[in-house]
Amino acid sequence: MARMAGRRTLFAAPVLLVVTFGVFAVAAASPFDPVKAYAGTAGLTASQDNLDQLRANLGVDQPLVTRWWDWLTAALTGDLGDSSVLRQPVADVIGERLGWSVLLAATAFLVAIVLGTGLGVLAGRRPGGWLDRCVSSAAYTLEAAPAFWLGLLAIWFFALKLDVLPAGGLTDTASDTVTFGQVASHLVLPAAVLGVSQLPWFFLYVRQGVADALEEDPVRGARARGLSERTVLLGHALRSGMLPMLTLVGSRVPELITGALLVETVFSWPGIAAATVQAATSVDFPLLAALTVLATAAVLLGNLLSDLLYGIADPRVGFDG
Amino acid sequence: MVARSIHGAMRGAGAAALAGALALTASACSNPGGESGGTAAKDTAVVGIAYEPETLSPLLGYGKDGNSKIFDGLLTQDVDMKLKPALAVALPEVSSDRLTYTYKLRKGVTFSDGQPFTAKDVVFTYSTILDPKTNNPSKGELDAVKEVRADGDDTVVFTLKYPYAPFAQRTVLPIVPEHIAGKQDVNTGDFATAPVGTGPYKLVKWSKSEKIAFEANPSYWGGAPKVKKFTMAVIKDDDVRATRLRSGDLDGAILPPNLAQGFAKDKHKKTWTAKTYDYRNVTLPTGNKVTGDTAVRRALDLAVDRKAMVDKILDGAGKPAYGPVPTGSPWFAKGTERPHDLAGAKKILDEAGWKPGADGVREKDGVRAAFPLWYLSGDKLRQDHALAYASDAKKAGIEITTQSGTWEVIEPKMKDEAVLAGGGSPGDPDFDQYTLLKSSLAGDGFNNMAWFTDPAVDKALDDGRRSGDTAVRKAAYDTVQRELVMNPGYTFLTHIDHLYVVNDRWDGLSTQTEPHDHGLASGPWWNVETWAPKK
Repeated sequence: MARMAGRRTLFAAPVLLVVTFGVFAVAAASPFDPVKAYAGTAGLTASQDNLDQLRANLGVDQPLVTRWWDWLTAALTGDLGDSSVLRQPVADVIGERLGWSVLLAATAFLVAIVLGTGLGVLAGRRPGGWLDRCVSSAAYTLEAAPAFWLGLLAIWFFALKLDVLPAGGLTDTASDTVTFGQVASHLVLPAAVLGVSQLPWFFLYVRQGVADALEEDPVRGARARGLSERTVLLGHALRSGMLPMLTLVGSRVPELITGALLVETVFSWPGIAAATVQAATSVDFPLLAALTVLATAAVLLGNLLSDLLYGIADPRVGFDG
Repeated sequence: MVARSIHGAMRGAGAAALAGALALTASACSNPGGESGGTAAKDTAVVGIAYEPETLSPLLGYGKDGNSKIFDGLLTQDVDMKLKPALAVALPEVSSDRLTYTYKLRKGVTFSDGQPFTAKDVVFTYSTILDPKTNNPSKGELDAVKEVRADGDDTVVFTLKYPYAPFAQRTVLPIVPEHIAGKQDVNTGDFATAPVGTGPYKLVKWSKSEKIAFEANPSYWGGAPKVKKFTMAVIKDDDVRATRLRSGDLDGAILPPNLAQGFAKDKHKKTWTAKTYDYRNVTLPTGNKVTGDTAVRRALDLAVDRKAMVDKILDGAGKPAYGPVPTGSPWFAKGTERPHDLAGAKKILDEAGWKPGADGVREKDGVRAAFPLWYLSGDKLRQDHALAYASDAKKAGIEITTQSGTWEVIEPKMKDEAVLAGGGSPGDPDFDQYTLLKSSLAGDGFNNMAWFTDPAVDKALDDGRRSGDTAVRKAAYDTVQRELVMNPGYTFLTHIDHLYVVNDRWDGLSTQTEPHDHGLASGPWWNVETWAPKK
């Protein structure tokens, strides 16, 4: 298990290297101009001299490879550089925002896994029953619905029509302090939307897994031995029905990140995903590169986690041979 | 159902806190629905703005036109845009060659951290902005400054490279404390997010793309503000801003005319209309065979129906524009208004040899009277102006193809193709006219986008900039505007009013004449420090 984790970490280094270079290359090829983005509306009245000076100061007049190499060598010594669009060190940007993103994503993921598994077991127990039919059709509908659309719908219904939950932000507009109650009430809608957008996948996998497992010999045997329905369902059917879902945990991480990107934007959540959008449209190289490394690491970690869980849940699989 | 499950998950963590938060949400700001009135604290104001500053550091461009809340300039502008002293005790003394400006500073002023304000801070502010290493995109506005030096603790002397009449207005620029900003990297230091100034408000917190919260500076040299807490919520979407104003989350907001109309019958809210220098125009590039032709330019100038644009596109909230100077300004050259005269336009084109072709589009020497017109994609207002302009031109036999794109797409084409542009800086007539019309600035960044060249205009612009005599300047800018009638290198379309809806709970509200960029400093809250709660 430790060997597998170690091997994966070694493998992650070249992946990250290639990914960061890719980000620099794509950003350099994009039509967006970092100097224009930096100057904002003031750039529309700035003189050419002023714009050229800015270009030199920001270092974006350097060739692509030089820029990437400078960034990489600095990053390896712990200096992530300065974000041009947010005008603060990249480390500060990430430090300020990562926590809120993790809170949102973790809550949403938890909602999706717990609810998805719970509903999946109930539905898988009686395939074709009323609960199964209701939840399954809802799941297929949700699977097709984009997260930002769900977000707008939720704002319209809960914030505007019912006026029971805040429409966005981390705290109320007039409030300056971040209190637990404020954050909790502001977290409900975005986390629910992000969770619900991920839920169908877990639900459908668990439902199928459990339904299949209930037909298998070990379950029949358990039933024949007179074990309680609860033990049969949770101890036997769920355990073997969970396996495909564990793979899903890893593969849903990228989806969760892109989903968070949209949800944070819709709900003005001050997380890292909202900064990603800004970094991308402003060709903010240092910030973009650091965020890409984070996202790549999250995906690699998600895969590792699901492989480890798989090994634990099904000893036959083992850890990477 | 899902929301409730999450509620359930959180209940363990403190249902009471959540319920409390929800109750707070409902009553946080003023009276939900705006019906009852008077329940909320009158010393708190929350307003919705559409644009957020990129930085709060004046060294990087924040607050350069004044009203920065956190800072003061040497001078400031009153409601009529007249200069008056702020951190200086009087308007500057100007030498007879108009190259030296001397400011006497106010004594006993402290920054909000308690440290005294001195001439050193002024010198630090200006010299840092002018340092090439400082990433300030607006530093071109201080181009005239050759040197700034302190003469003792309370006198600052500016020396200019050339006589520059509007210089005093540039000194509304906010002054930063050297003892804080001087100790960090100007471009990336945290002064940009945690600024300290001498101004009427102190920054409490800036949550980027969410809100900027201020609290009153109790030791402000101009007297402590009565509105103790002032928050600006950054809400880009017009509809969301209107909804949050209606729900009571906001006390005021900037709104487009059609949404502002929805509040006309609300007795507890008042609509403020600010006059502006915010123009929309069409660049007619000199390098293009069609738009570079004076007859075509003059015909377009007459063919366009500005009144219809104001009525239909702006719902009446605006004025026809004939140049960057609004018709209501004292600098406007009376008599340069152009009527909508389609017959006159056709006559000019006929006489110049632009004859209608088979498809109704005119031609001259094998050149079709047709050109593309670019507008910024996603900008509904510019799109509407562009379409109306193309339709007016069509009636005179000129074919304009409208196309949308981002600045990245538009910029390389600006030399030969027309652009629906916008801008406007209030106050001195030099600001807009010099950068739009001076031939030496043709194609310099976004200055003189039309590559406009006219020797008479060039000379008049220099005269107006160099002279300190108002009558001489007025004559110079009258010349510029008259020349623009003869050779309209841009078709000016409209000046756009800015509309604000604010809860009627305070006295002392007014609006200044506003610029094109109207974020934080404009609106009825330009002087929130002098608002007083209504009895």
